[in-house]
Amino acid sequence: MSEASNAGPALLDVRDVSKAFGAVEVLRSVSLQVKRGEVVTVIGPSGSGKTTLLRCVNFLESYDSGSIRIDGKEVGYREAGTRQRRSERDLAAMRAETGMVFQSFNLFPHLTAAGNIMLGLTKVRGKSQAEARQIAEHWLGRVGLAHKADSLPAELSGGQQQRVGIARAVAMEPKILLLDEITSALDPELVGEVLAVVRSLAEDGMTMLMVTHEMAFARDASSRIVFMADGGVSAVGPPKEILAEETTNERLRTFLARFRASHF
Amino acid sequence: MASQILYALPFLAKGFAVTLWVSLLVVTLSLVAGVLLGVGLIYGPAPLRWAVRIFSDTIRGIPILVLMFFVYYGLPAIGLHLPSFWAAVLALTLFKTAQVIEYLRGAVASIPKGQSEAAMAIGLTFRQRLTSVIFPQAFRRFLPPWINGVTDAVKGSALVSLLGITDLMQAINQVIGRTYEAMPLYILGALIYFAVNYALSLASRRLERRFAFIRE
Repeated sequence: MSEASNAGPALLDVRDVSKAFGAVEVLRSVSLQVKRGEVVTVIGPSGSGKTTLLRCVNFLESYDSGSIRIDGKEVGYREAGTRQRRSERDLAAMRAETGMVFQSFNLFPHLTAAGNIMLGLTKVRGKSQAEARQIAEHWLGRVGLAHKADSLPAELSGGQQQRVGIARAVAMEPKILLLDEITSALDPELVGEVLAVVRSLAEDGMTMLMVTHEMAFARDASSRIVFMADGGVSAVGPPKEILAEETTNERLRTFLARFRASHF
Repeated sequence: MASQILYALPFLAKGFAVTLWVSLLVVTLSLVAGVLLGVGLIYGPAPLRWAVRIFSDTIRGIPILVLMFFVYYGLPAIGLHLPSFWAAVLALTLFKTAQVIEYLRGAVASIPKGQSEAAMAIGLTFRQRLTSVIFPQAFRRFLPPWINGVTDAVKGSALVSLLGITDLMQAINQVIGRTYEAMPLYILGALIYFAVNYALSLASRRLERRFAFIRE
């Protein structure tokens, strides 16, 4: 699948990306690299720009300056440093290369679990119904929902819906999977089943960039953790380093202390 | 009395056919125009959005009768002579189109933003997002007010009799003119209009139940 998979340049290369909503700067010159097979987790207080950053990577949000490249290709804008937006068709093709799983699942309520997964396969990847169905069933099996292929989202629990959401994203064989606080809307007892799926994808070498508040999971599953504060990257490093209690980063220490106080 | 009405039945049936034909034309044309302009209002560039907004607000603020007389008696002043039948159809269609635009806008606005985003995220193009994700869901919200609008169109088509078109309404009036049996004929007319509209609302309820999969 990946012809140039040896380390080398980053699969996702975010450079000096800035973005403002009116007078509010949500991203301040953010840079971040994700290599193939890496799982990078973004943590930080709410309002720190984590989700916005993730949404810029598949251009659900535009950015004001800087560059985001996936596999060397600029995401939202045409090459050569112009700020010219890609065409609708181009954008759609670019977005098909990234998978995204949402906090609120966003399954299509009028389609079955299998139908949700098949939509992109048939419309975007040009697969036949039969082929798409087979792929959908394979991925539903992977997330433990083979028996729910013909259920509508309304008939599934939150955890099951989110697992379908993950299957829908990975079935497209994206180069990178973006996970946006995917367990935040779940009842606590359903979080585990979703994280187990993410963990197994990581073990298979899926490249992931995720925003999460599940610190224990971030510690166990990530190659690196990025700590964002006030729209900028405040610290980057391996989990042990970032989550260490004796960190010298003032903002990070406050964040972790507050987090521990509210979660343990 | 009964024999006179029986005698007039074929004539009334012809009028009824005209009523159905006008209604069908108005409903179909306004559906097509309304959906196209509605998409323009929701997703189009600013100038198009303004144009549709002005069209819809203006048309909906004018009584249908004024609109109809304007098209038939007013437009010839700028050289546009329409036969009475098409003038009536055009006026009713304009009115209905403005309504369809608003039904569509409301229905699409009720679909959470996350649906579009999820559709974008798997790489669907704008058109694919509309036809595979947004419209199938919006359809259920669109249907009840639209069917209501269809029954309004059937009832409203009686206005075309004022341009001298022999629809059901006009046919009834003419038969009354000959027989002076106002009471039974108006009851008959009312029953026919009612039967059509009742059938429509039954069909609507059935359709709504078929599309009841979406959680509120």
